[in-house]
Amino acid sequence: MSSRTHFRLVVLYVVVGALLLTLVSRLWTMQVLQGEHYQQVAADNRTRDIVVPAVRGMILDDTGRPLVRNRTALVVSVDRTTLMRQKDRGAAVLTRLATVLGTTRQALEMRIRLCGPVTPRPCWPGSPYQPIPVDDRVNDKRALQIVERQEDFPGVTAEMQAVREYPRPSGAGAAQVLGYLQPITQAELDRQKNLKVTGYAGADLIGRDGLEATYDEQLRGVPGERTVLVDSQGRVTGTAKEKAPVPGANIVTSINSRIQAAAEKSLAEAVQSARAHGRKADAAAAVVMDVTNGHIAALASYPTYDPSIWTGGISQRQYEALLGKKEGQPLVSRAIQGQYAPGSTFKISSVAAAVNSGYPLNGTYPCPGSYKVGSRAFTNFEGESHGDMNLHQALVVSCDTIFYKFAYEQWLRDGGTRPKKHPADPMVAMARDYGFGSRTGVDLPSEATGRIPDRSWKKAYWDATKTADCKGAKQGYPEIARTDPARAAYLKAIAAENCAQGYAWRAGDAANLSVGQGDVLATPLQVARAYAAVANGGTLVVPRVATSIVRPDGTRVEQVAVPPAPKLPVSKNVLSYIRGGLAGVVKSGTAAGAFGGFDDKKLAVAGKTGTAEVYGHDDTSWFASFAPVQNPRFVVVVMTSQGGTGAETSAPAVRRIWEAMYGLNGQKPALVNGQLPNVLPKPADDGAGKAP
Amino acid sequence: MTAARSAPLGTRRDPALWRRRASALRRLDWTMFLSVAALSVLGALLVRSATHRLLLDQGRDPNSFLDRHLLNLVIGVGLCALFTVLDYRLLRAYVPILYGLACLGLLAVITPLGSTVNGSHSWIIIGGGFQVQPSEFAKVGLVVLLAMILGEPRDGEVGPGRRDILMALALAGVPAALIMLQPDLGTTLVFAAVVLGMLAVSGARKRWMAGLVGIGLAGGFGVWFFGLLKAYQIARFTAFLDPSADPAGAGYNAQQARIAVGSGGVTGRGLFHGQQTLGHFVPEQQTDFIFTVAGEELGFLGGALIVALLGVILWRGLRTASQAADLFGTLVATGVVCWLAFQAFENIGMTLGIMPITGLPLPFVSYGGSATFANFIALGLLQAVHLRRRTFD
Repeated sequence: MSSRTHFRLVVLYVVVGALLLTLVSRLWTMQVLQGEHYQQVAADNRTRDIVVPAVRGMILDDTGRPLVRNRTALVVSVDRTTLMRQKDRGAAVLTRLATVLGTTRQALEMRIRLCGPVTPRPCWPGSPYQPIPVDDRVNDKRALQIVERQEDFPGVTAEMQAVREYPRPSGAGAAQVLGYLQPITQAELDRQKNLKVTGYAGADLIGRDGLEATYDEQLRGVPGERTVLVDSQGRVTGTAKEKAPVPGANIVTSINSRIQAAAEKSLAEAVQSARAHGRKADAAAAVVMDVTNGHIAALASYPTYDPSIWTGGISQRQYEALLGKKEGQPLVSRAIQGQYAPGSTFKISSVAAAVNSGYPLNGTYPCPGSYKVGSRAFTNFEGESHGDMNLHQALVVSCDTIFYKFAYEQWLRDGGTRPKKHPADPMVAMARDYGFGSRTGVDLPSEATGRIPDRSWKKAYWDATKTADCKGAKQGYPEIARTDPARAAYLKAIAAENCAQGYAWRAGDAANLSVGQGDVLATPLQVARAYAAVANGGTLVVPRVATSIVRPDGTRVEQVAVPPAPKLPVSKNVLSYIRGGLAGVVKSGTAAGAFGGFDDKKLAVAGKTGTAEVYGHDDTSWFASFAPVQNPRFVVVVMTSQGGTGAETSAPAVRRIWEAMYGLNGQKPALVNGQLPNVLPKPADDGAGKAP
Repeated sequence: MTAARSAPLGTRRDPALWRRRASALRRLDWTMFLSVAALSVLGALLVRSATHRLLLDQGRDPNSFLDRHLLNLVIGVGLCALFTVLDYRLLRAYVPILYGLACLGLLAVITPLGSTVNGSHSWIIIGGGFQVQPSEFAKVGLVVLLAMILGEPRDGEVGPGRRDILMALALAGVPAALIMLQPDLGTTLVFAAVVLGMLAVSGARKRWMAGLVGIGLAGGFGVWFFGLLKAYQIARFTAFLDPSADPAGAGYNAQQARIAVGSGGVTGRGLFHGQQTLGHFVPEQQTDFIFTVAGEELGFLGGALIVALLGVILWRGLRTASQAADLFGTLVATGVVCWLAFQAFENIGMTLGIMPITGLPLPFVSYGGSATFANFIALGLLQAVHLRRRTFD
């Protein structure tokens, strides 16, 4: 052996030794020095935390019948992240899926695209990391094809999940009250730490409107957590620990399905009859409320829709129908979001204001056909003159001029065109005391405030509109003048007046306010609450739809809290006097025709018609009522937008609701002994069984 | 001069013959044998650990891999005995045949006869559940071929001449190219290590080695630069640098292997109790990633024991090389040592995250027929050289 060979063998010894030493030292580093770290990583590697969704609670009516419940459905969902990782960005998978589901790839692609500001529906409004449900009406056979051929359907799952169902007890829909669910958006996930994405499309939803939104947290429950052991394929090999989900609580409401159904039916009939009489009748609302505690027995809005269309994705056509002007925006609850001039129903406030500012309750006042407020003549409805009368009669025949006089005289006392530093404005103050111009605090989202115009409002409004008004005053309206010179001239005069002194609280504003006209706006629920206060002796109740929140097993969790109700600053005998006047309205006044032949032995109803003029539209028709007159228990208010007079459209609708409630005209009464069922209902089986 | 020849001759049936055979048995390197035996036993246990649960899950005989592995070991021992007894110098006569068979086998792999397993087109399915990986046997062929060319008796020269070296490189280049076509990067690197080591020990001038390393680096760079490798190959090769870059893809093996080994700690989780192993987190755990089973279940102590046993084999192999009766024997032993050393380092190194992921089995430990056979033939060659070593008495 040459010395070179020998030397190089020695080098090889060293090299091999060095290599082995490298391995051992690396082994030492990893296993001994970093062993704990790797053991932690290994533990994470072997377990998966699975969120077990909680079954969402039901929404029940006052007898425990579900208005919203769950049904189990096989939901096919698509995981966008997995799909986008495919070479063809999931095109092949979606094509196969479309064949199984009997749809097209394009349709599926639309369902799983992410909603953006200009993306038309259908699109996915939720988090891009959630599985997107594409079909919840798939049958077992088709679902099996997907489950068994997972290699052909990466990212597609078919699982039993609970989805919302609307059983419509007694035909009650209450769509706007119940609200609807939508996928949780990324923004909501970021904002609300307690929201958890469960990966179950049926559970990763959030209430977007109505009770579903207000009581989302209670209905949602608390998802459970299961730590499972998995192998490298993600197959579950065992359970390490488990925390069971807490099912969502049921919301018991005071909605009485039969009254709700009667209200909805009555609104549809009112709209139909108004249209038959040539009115536009584009919307309507009804409120039925317990005057003693504010519990809402029915809250109906016309037009309405079937909330089950939200389940499992909504098409562009359906979505447009819900929001479209042409379709009447059925998503909007007119009862709490619709703002309309209340017309003469507002007079319960004006009478109280007049009496409080010194006009004798039992005085006699003239009711001429028209009354001059400043330079402008304000007239009664159809210019009718009634001679002298007391306030009782003023309500019965709905005399406007008496109220113009009160308003004008008060306006003059407050300084007229040169107002005092602290004008009294008793009618404005009283309207606010009646709850007008502010939210009632009902447990439903997006309630409108209505509007009581006053001096500061006028000023703010003028600041915002004077530029346009002054331009109109200067240039007129030549486009309109070409077709309708009379209207153009009217508009120009109005613009000139508004431009010059629109900031001022003018006599006309005060006069309009006194009869619920002009800039006054109220929601049907506000009117109902004001009438409830008159009926119950002066308590401004806070309306509530939900009465209690109960566990699914029926044990009570909590009574829905009601904030303290303010009192009206109106004396008992004034309220009693007003109640008498309102009883007269039904007996012999403006609503006597509508209540002709009504069984007033069984149920004496008091109420007030309202016919609010809206420039360029048909009149807003109101009827606000309470009963029984001697011991008031409920208010029923119906408003029909562009429905004509209160007497011709809304009063008959209210009558039909009273008849259904008390079982007049041979119907079975919806009320038990004239009251809503007082016992806490036992919920029916929610139909979803156990959590998936 | 070998001991066998120098032993005194007696009558054919006299006790001296038995003495001679007994002394031949004594002259075998039992330290090396014991180390291999220990590794093989460990290997069999680890193969069982890696496959038992998986086979159960698949509803197959849970011992089928173990049984097959034991059978492979038995065949391997037989091959080892054959090559030990055979005078290795006679191999020179068969080198052209061995070389030709190896090249034919490698050629067959790239024809439709070959099959792809785990991205490498390295197998020939024989049928009946048997498959052959010609590249394993090509390693044996390469060692013997290079030993023959570089170990030619030469007069006065310290190292092999230019002609010999070029011929050796050319002849080694054919199977190496065929293996690269499969593509089997690991075996190609083993070839490079063997060529480099044997050239060095044969006494070739330093500039040859430096030149070879330079060409190798330039070639590697060129392959990468001109995009001759597929993206997955590059990704797999570089994943060890940062396995967390793509934990679900190329880095998965590297990541899972590290987790398995690292979680073993000092004493391991106990044989057959590795959680990562039972969960099949590491792919190909009975073959290329067998060391992760040892790392997780036997811990640092077990892992270091395997490295130590391999070290003993390599040490005894190098000792054999330096004691060989002729340069041919020295080079055969050197080639085997370079082969086993690089393969062991690469295999263990990749599970520890210090070497790229390639498809090489761990000698004497991993499951796999062709590899086991080739390793035991290599062991036989070492023993044959050792048996016929120079004696200093």
